[in-house]
This record gives sequence, C-alpha cells and structure tokens, in this order.
Amino acid sequence: MKFHSQHLYSKEHFKTKYLASKKAFLVGALYASTLFLAFAPTASFAATPTNEVNLYTTREPKLIAPMLELFTANSSIKVNTVFVKDGLIERVKTEGTKSGADVLMTVDIGNLLDLVEAQVVQPVNSKILNEAIPAYLRSSNNDWFALSLRDRVLYANVGSGIQSFEYESLSDPKFKGQVCIRSGQHPYNIALIAAMIAHNGEAATETWLRGVKSNLARKATGGDRNVARDILGGICNIGIANAYYAGQMKSALAGSEQRAWGDAIKVIQPTFKKTGGTFVNISGVALAKSSPNRENAVKLMEFLMSDAAQALYADTNFEYPVKAGVKVNAVIESFGILKPDTMPLTEVAKYRKRASELVDQVGFDQ
Amino acid sequence: MVNVLKHFAIFESGKRYTFAAFVVAVLVCAPLLSLMFEAVQGSIGHWGHLLTYVLPHALWNTILLLLGVGFVVTFLGTGAAWLVTAYDYPGRRFLTWALLLPLAVPTYIIAFTYLDILHPIGPIQGLIRDVLGYSSPREFRLPDIRGLWGAILLMGVVLYPYVYLTTRFMFLTQAASVVEAARVLGETPRGVFLRVALPLARPAIVVGVTLALLETLNDVGAAEFLGVKTLTLAIYTTWVTRSDLAGAAQIALSMLFIIVFLLHFEKRARQRQRYSLVQRMRPMTPTVLKGRHIALAWVLGVIPIAFGFLLPAGYLVVQVFKRMGQQTGFSTSLIQASFNTLTIASVATVLTVTLGLIVAWAARRVRDSANEQSLGKLFSRLASLGYAVPGTVLAIGLLGPLLLIDQGIEWVLGLAQYKVTTLIVLGSTAGLLMAYVIRFLAIANGSIEAGLARIPPSIEQASRLLGESSSRTLWRVHIPLLKPAMISAALLVFVDTMKELPATLMLRPINFETLATLLYGEASRGMYEEGAVAALMIVLLGLLPVILLARAQQRSV
Repeated sequence: MKFHSQHLYSKEHFKTKYLASKKAFLVGALYASTLFLAFAPTASFAATPTNEVNLYTTREPKLIAPMLELFTANSSIKVNTVFVKDGLIERVKTEGTKSGADVLMTVDIGNLLDLVEAQVVQPVNSKILNEAIPAYLRSSNNDWFALSLRDRVLYANVGSGIQSFEYESLSDPKFKGQVCIRSGQHPYNIALIAAMIAHNGEAATETWLRGVKSNLARKATGGDRNVARDILGGICNIGIANAYYAGQMKSALAGSEQRAWGDAIKVIQPTFKKTGGTFVNISGVALAKSSPNRENAVKLMEFLMSDAAQALYADTNFEYPVKAGVKVNAVIESFGILKPDTMPLTEVAKYRKRASELVDQVGFDQ
Repeated sequence: MVNVLKHFAIFESGKRYTFAAFVVAVLVCAPLLSLMFEAVQGSIGHWGHLLTYVLPHALWNTILLLLGVGFVVTFLGTGAAWLVTAYDYPGRRFLTWALLLPLAVPTYIIAFTYLDILHPIGPIQGLIRDVLGYSSPREFRLPDIRGLWGAILLMGVVLYPYVYLTTRFMFLTQAASVVEAARVLGETPRGVFLRVALPLARPAIVVGVTLALLETLNDVGAAEFLGVKTLTLAIYTTWVTRSDLAGAAQIALSMLFIIVFLLHFEKRARQRQRYSLVQRMRPMTPTVLKGRHIALAWVLGVIPIAFGFLLPAGYLVVQVFKRMGQQTGFSTSLIQASFNTLTIASVATVLTVTLGLIVAWAARRVRDSANEQSLGKLFSRLASLGYAVPGTVLAIGLLGPLLLIDQGIEWVLGLAQYKVTTLIVLGSTAGLLMAYVIRFLAIANGSIEAGLARIPPSIEQASRLLGESSSRTLWRVHIPLLKPAMISAALLVFVDTMKELPATLMLRPINFETLATLLYGEASRGMYEEGAVAALMIVLLGLLPVILLARAQQRSV
C-alpha cells in the first residue's frame, strides 16, 4: 500500500484502480451467471406427485415416442422421459426413495429380471394387464410385463438361395468367412447364446460358438442393421439380427440407403434343432418401487396394453404385439408365420452369465 | 470472514490454497474410493475369469492402441508444428489454425463417419469400382477398416492436435536462439529438426501425447464401432452385460495403473521444462520456402486436416443436405439440445478453470531451490486423476458420493425445518457438472501448471516483498501472466465437455439432452445418418473455441 500512496492522485493510479474494479466486476458477473446457469435447471422435476409420469427407459426414445404421445393425448398426463442407455439399475437404486422414476422400460428378459433382483420394482395387480398378456410373458409375481416380442432371425443375401435355417448351422464350416454379427456381448446375442446353452448344453454351445467365430467375415461389432448393409457391401452372405430392423429397412423410403440395405436381404426365421422354434425375446415394463405417481404409472402401463398402443408396436416398431388379436405389420408377416421357441425365457435367462463368459472364453469379440 | 479464518493455522495465507486443493482432491478421489469399495466387494471367482480370458487380450489391445496412437499423434503433431514454425510460405497462417480443426471432431464421430465413407457401398469404394470397371462390391472391395489399425489411424488423425498445440507453443517460445545457433553453425534443416528442435520439444511432446492417450483410453464409442476390445470396453461390457459392477470396478482400478504411469511420465517431462529459457520468448525466424517447396509444405499440412476434419465434416454436411428434403431441418429438440450443450459446457469450463487455477497455485514452486514434494503437489496429482477414469466408470463411481452430498444437504435443510423431496444434486445438472469438473480438471490444472512453471519464482518473491498478499499476487501478477494458459485451458475444457458422452448419458437429469446424447440416441437406433445433424452441430460448435484457441496462441507469442 505504501508504494501506491506515492501516486495516489495520479492518472495512472486511477486507471489501474478503475480497471481493476471493472475486472473484478466482470469476473463476479461471470461467476454469478455460472451459479445461476448451474442450478436453473434444477427445478426440472420433483418426486412429489403431479399430473405427470416419469419414464426411465433404456429404449431409444424415438421408438416409443408415438405411444407416449398417444397416451398424453388420451389422458392429458405428461410423460417425462429419461433415456438411460446403461446403468438404469444403478441410477434408480441410488436415487432410492426419492427417485422420480415411475415406470421402468427396457428390452431383453435378462434386464427385466435384473430390475426385479435389484429390488427397484413393485408388483402391479391389474386385471387389464393380466388379461392382455399371456402368462408366460409376465412374471408370476406381477413385477414385470412384456410389451412386445422380437425374434432373432437370419438375414441372408437375396441371391443365397437359403430357404430354411437352423441356429446350429451357423457354425457349419461351409459358411466360413460369410457370417456377420454384432458384438457377442450384446444382450441380444447373449440371450441367443443362453438359449443355445439351455437347448444343447454348455459344451456343445462352446464348440458352436467357436465355429461361429471362425466363420465371421468381420469383427463382431456394429449394430443389427450393419448386417444388412455389410451383406449389400459384399462383406458377408448371412448374419444374425432382430427381425424388426429388417421390417424398418424394408419399409424405409424408396431410394433411401436404408431401403437399399433392406432390399439386399431375405429374412429367414431360423429354428433350434430340438424344438423347431425361433428364438424370441421381449421388451417389457415394470413399476418403479418408489413411484411418486403410481396411479399415472399404472395408467401408462395399462395404456401400453391397449389395442391402439399394441398396434403402434406392430406398425411403427415392427415388433410382434403381445396382445392376442392385434395384427402384425404386413412386412413382418411376409417373413413367415412365427413359431416361437417353447423354451421359457426365464429358463434362458439363467444361462445369461454363463453365455457372457463363454463369449470371453472363445474370444468371440477379439 | 477471511480475518476470522486466519486464526486457524491451515487458513494462513498460502495454506488456504493448500486446503482448497485438498478439498478438490477429495472431490476427485471420491468416485475412485467408492469404486474401490465396490471392487473389494467383488468375488475373486470373477476376477479369475477376467484374468484368464478378458484382461490379457484387452490389455494387449490397449497397449497396442496406445502405442499406435502415440506414434501417429507424435508424428503428425510434431511434424505439423515444425511445418508452421520453421518455415514461411503463403498460407502458413491459415494452416497454423486449420491444423487445430480436427480437435472439434470427437472420436466416436470420426469412427462412424469413416465406417460410412469407407464402406464397400460408400462413396470412395464406389468411385474406385467405377474407375476400375467393377459393378458390384462382391467383385472388388478394399479391406475392412474395423480393427486395430483402423482405430489407431482414425483416433490419431483427430487427436494429434493435442501434440501440435503443446509442441508448436514450445517451438515458438523456446526454440529461437538454439535453432538459430544451430543454423549458423551449419546444421542442415533436417539436423536442426532432429538434433535440436526435437530434443528441445520432448517435454512438450510428452505432455501432448499424454493428453491424446488419455483421450484414447476414455473412448468407448470408436472402439465399439471399430470392434477393438480395449480395457475400457471390457469394463463397459463387464458392467453392462454381466451386471457385474464389482468386476467392472476391478478392471477400472487396474487400468488406473496405466494412467498413473502415464501421468508420472508426463510430470517428469514437465519438470524438465524448468530448465527452459524463460526470458527470451520470441519466435524463431522461419526459413522462407520457394517454388515447389511451397506446394510440398501445403500438401503435408493439408493431409492431417483433410483426414481429420475436411473429409468427415464434409461427409456430414452432405448427409445433412440429403436429409433436408426428407425431414424438417432443425427440430426444437435439436435447438434445445444445442442450448443445453452450450450452457453446461460454459458453466463447466468456468468451474474447471477456476479450480484448476486454485490447485495449480497451491502446487506452485515458491522458491527456485524447492525440490521437495509439497502437499500442494500431491493434491494437484490427485486432482488430475479424474481425467484418467473413463467417463462411464467415473459416472458410476460418482453416484454414491453424490447421494451422500444430497443426504448432507437434506440433513442441513432438515435442521432448518425445510423438507426436501427431491435429489438436489443427483436430480439436477449439478451432479453432471461435478462429473465434468472431475474429469477435465487435469486439463485445466496441467495447462495452468505449465504456465506457472514458465513464470520464475522471483516474480512472486518480488511481489510479496513489495507487500502484496499471496492472493493479491495471484490476482494482479500471475493471472495476467497466465492468461494465455488459462484461455487455452478453458477452450480445451469447453470442447471436451461438449463432446463428452458416457458420463453425460448416465448422470443427466430428466428431459435434459445434450447434442452428444441426442446423437447417441439416434446412433443407437442404428439411424446414425439422422444423427448427422447433431454430429455436425457438435463439430460446428466445437469449431469456434478451436479457432479462438488458435488465435489465442498466436497472440500470446
């Protein structure tokens, strides 16, 4: 301070002082706005009951958007969506009793059972749900419910001439360098491999998986649609993917890339040797344990079982509705009559962990 | 307030910063500790499986990937830096900032655009077939880019700017006198580069390479798209498909060793910078190029820009235009997501740089002879660990600590008879912000620490002798001197936050989408062409800070 006093009244001093305070003001303003911006979105939702319903979903939001819009239009209940790709369980568990989650939506039987096991769901006793969903597609304790069915099928090059197929044949050496498939660790493949264990036992499945691995035309990666694209691109001849993707691609806008991929493939419903059935997985829903808007949540779940919502599952998602009497989309129908495998999904789910370990053991993704 | 606090020894002027750094270090370590807790609970049986079938291969892949990316970024980054500092030719200034452009392209975007561009039915192979007279990809196609090589090249081509940034700065500020001396003594241009400039720039190169490699380690998207099973991906699948959080935590922690090693390497490299010349900050006189050498310089300079930016960004632009007709251009969700992205990235940047400054200040060298490991240094190292943890893992690790904070808030507010019904931190963007700060603090801290290292302790000593307090010295002397370092730190943090995906996916509150999550949503439907708009927005929004960064560097010299 002493040193400053010498030129207390100088222009120079005034300038530094003025500038310093201006700088301080600017910095202050910066932090003030930072704080404001940081907490402004905080009041976005509350775990207190409102005329809303909070949906936590691992499903891509756009796929379910049509059903949710229809629900809001019919009931004037607003649906807030959180798209949680992974970590749904961890998140709901951590949020605990203050979780905003009302409805939990996910794909794959294993994920649904995980929700139950993690004790983040509660049972729903709804006549509507129980009547609409066949008993084998909901839990016996009413704590999860299937919404739609998705079969895992064979995409074959249209010129390949394949008419029918068994999952077991994927390891046939005659398909060497011709098979495309997504990561073995993906839940869709894990479920299929688990079903294979349930059918043929662990040892046979390991041999099979090694065979499939040596037949791969490329790394086991990408999505199910890439199978169709890579078949068009000449990388592979056959591949495993979910049927609804083929439905989407085959009904994409004429002239679009998607349509070209879809047109390059023929969909064959493969079967297991023992049962002659095709592997079918589910997408499903559960009521969150601490649901703050329980009534609305149940309304939403029941709405998803209505004919209108189930028809949307068929026509916008190209999945099989679980409710009897709701028609499948025509494109999907053209793939043939689905004969679901008789092995119960709850049985298949038991081998999920083993399947995942097998994928590591044979180095499927390497 | 401050006067009261002064009574406590720890708040005594300098110590206040040490204490603040301690708090920050605790914040950063909290998710790691919670992971450790998780890992200990895991069964040994699982560990056996991972050790036999997963880790060896994943570790080997990761090491190869790191070596490969390290080589590519060193080669491209150093070469590019030399090209724009040692030579002069028309367009040099343009190349100088254009070489930073790939920084705006996240690894997951580069991976999926190249998968499209280079696909047998994509534009490039189509063109090749047309030229060669083939009609179907079944007759002729190039090898698949999915694999380790593809990953190395693609990541290298967008991550080299980290090396370019640090190395160019070194060449500009440090190299002049030695390079000129070497030239006068008759060294060939090649010799000047290999024998003088390169050894001189080694610390800067290591710092840049470390950043690039940490980015590589964090990546999930590109590795997944390209089918490279890295450690990070192994963590991810262990957690997601086997619901084995403990196993994932175990791999994550073992991965920390690689990271600690990298960071240690980086610190050592930076310590050498101390012997650099501080006073003489002037750029060297570049050699003026003529004739075909100009063309050669241009070709060399444009190659990384073309592969790292022009090609992917151009492809996205084409895709967006193609879809303009089919869909309504800018949806409200896209505008909202852009706004969210900009807001949260700005806030995160301010917070991160501020904390980075505090931590770096606590760890600064006060005396020339100071060699001992101060507490501040230790905290600063700990505070840098967050960058090393892949976003996904960080997010899981943070859930527990965030909940604790929420419970703390609830307890405090409960004392004030206020009933809390929401999760204040976990249910808002605050939790997400914390994740960003933890993750990117290393960038801010590193950059500012490097800046501080260039300021001789004598400057602070002079200020203190003249009666200024430690804080006032920081405010009046060091911050003005650190401005370039802080600006580049801020811009890097901003770009990185904007691109961040995995932690954002896990921690964002209800109805809060950023461009990255929007793009991921589209991409995970397998409709990633429709995500082209979001991808392009990320790239475009990233461009501005990148250009500012280039300008800031230009001015600071």
